Amino acid sequence: MRRHNIQLDKNGRLRHFLTIEGLNRKLLVEILDTAESFSGVTAQSIKKVPLLRGKTIVNLFFEASTRTRTTFELAAKRLSADVLNINVAASATSKGESLLDTLHNLQAMHCDMFVVRHDRSGAAHFIAQHVAPHISVINAGDGRHAHPTQAMLDMFTIRRHKKDFAPLNIAIVGDILHSRVARSQIHALTTLGVNEVRVIGPETLMPADVEALGVHVHHDLREGLRDVDVVITLRLQHERMRGALLPSEHEYFRLYGLTEEKLALAKPDVIVMHPGPINRGVEIDSAVADGTRSVILEQVTHGIAVRMAIMSMAMSSRANLEGEII
Amino acid sequence: MNQLPDIDQLLAKMAQDLKSRMDTLHVRDPAMVGIHTGGVWVAQRLHSLMGLSQPLGSLDISFYRDDFMRIGINPQVKPSHLPFNVDDRHIILVDDVLYTGRTIRAAFNEIFDYGRPTAITLAVLIERGGRELPIQADVAGQHMELDANTHIKLTGPEPLALRLQTVR
Repeated sequence: MRRHNIQLDKNGRLRHFLTIEGLNRKLLVEILDTAESFSGVTAQSIKKVPLLRGKTIVNLFFEASTRTRTTFELAAKRLSADVLNINVAASATSKGESLLDTLHNLQAMHCDMFVVRHDRSGAAHFIAQHVAPHISVINAGDGRHAHPTQAMLDMFTIRRHKKDFAPLNIAIVGDILHSRVARSQIHALTTLGVNEVRVIGPETLMPADVEALGVHVHHDLREGLRDVDVVITLRLQHERMRGALLPSEHEYFRLYGLTEEKLALAKPDVIVMHPGPINRGVEIDSAVADGTRSVILEQVTHGIAVRMAIMSMAMSSRANLEGEII
Repeated sequence: MNQLPDIDQLLAKMAQDLKSRMDTLHVRDPAMVGIHTGGVWVAQRLHSLMGLSQPLGSLDISFYRDDFMRIGINPQVKPSHLPFNVDDRHIILVDDVLYTGRTIRAAFNEIFDYGRPTAITLAVLIERGGRELPIQADVAGQHMELDANTHIKLTGPEPLALRLQTVR
């Protein structure tokens, strides 16, 4: 029996976008293809298409974010939607309003989509289960669980440079344990059928069951980087130092910081990615971050087209719903 | 059943009509734009028949359709590509079949998001009745009267052929 996937409508189209898990290759490729066509909108002198005119999208951020919130906002505006940014930390919840009450109030204002970031894993799922049927929910990062739009913009960037996923060896370096980005990337890469995904990091920052996701674990950066096509460096969150998971930033950089010298072990046409914000001299050397093989700023640009694609796909799956609601 | 016309003859006639129209209007260097997918095939032929110097542009009007919320998004959308400056240029807009006029309305909107053309000439291979908007072709290969259950479709790109289909 097939398990009901809350993310899909009865025709198998995207309704919410909460996690990469449970989505098939065809749908991921459809997102990438749709994003490819949206990337042309930037070439217009009026950088807008009227697709979501009259729709209201709420950016509901319970956790700080600049890049993700800004690119979601830009993506929504390029689709001609109206955007509401709600920084929940500074609003009614601090006066004791519950999450569901906040949601119901926004729903009463006739919003069409919630883009949610929350520091608790599962928050976006919870919201998707409780919204009215005509509302789509997009996960913009929940706790340690998932950050699916980031993973898709990373896949888009990889495809732009490498064309085909099948032959690729990909290394994800750093704090795998606390990273929702890594988790979503691993699901996306294995679904898209890359040759090998390697996760590289110290034992204290590696989830115990990570091999079950179909990846190879390395604790030695030099060994892990050998012959990879793509290196994804993760941000090292400063609070991990205090938790005694690591000796020091200096020591971390010596072992796991990406330098030109270590990068020489990878394939000559390797690309270097980072979801940002970067800590120069901690997980990545400035020379690498600003070097010719870095595609870090391209990732930011692609984030807009990919988020346009996901938002419009989720909104258009409601197409066959329109008649039912009134 | 209608006798389907010979496409090469229609294209030759359209190229001739477009040339004399450009001469009459004193347009020196027009740019041509085809609408995906059939319109691009027709435009490719016309572009080379007319020997235009501006590179051929293509439009995918999917993001400008008025029925998006009813039919959803087509994953096969191609990026639009206008490889010239639209401002102050005469544009020859090309499509395979002119029917309700809604596609052309969407194409106008998209072109104007790239800039402000001096004028737009509309050229279509087949013009059929059934307009829902006040839009007419300036140059048409052939006019056809078809009932609403009959679809006419251009297949291609090589060879180009017209196909009639009865729905329902």
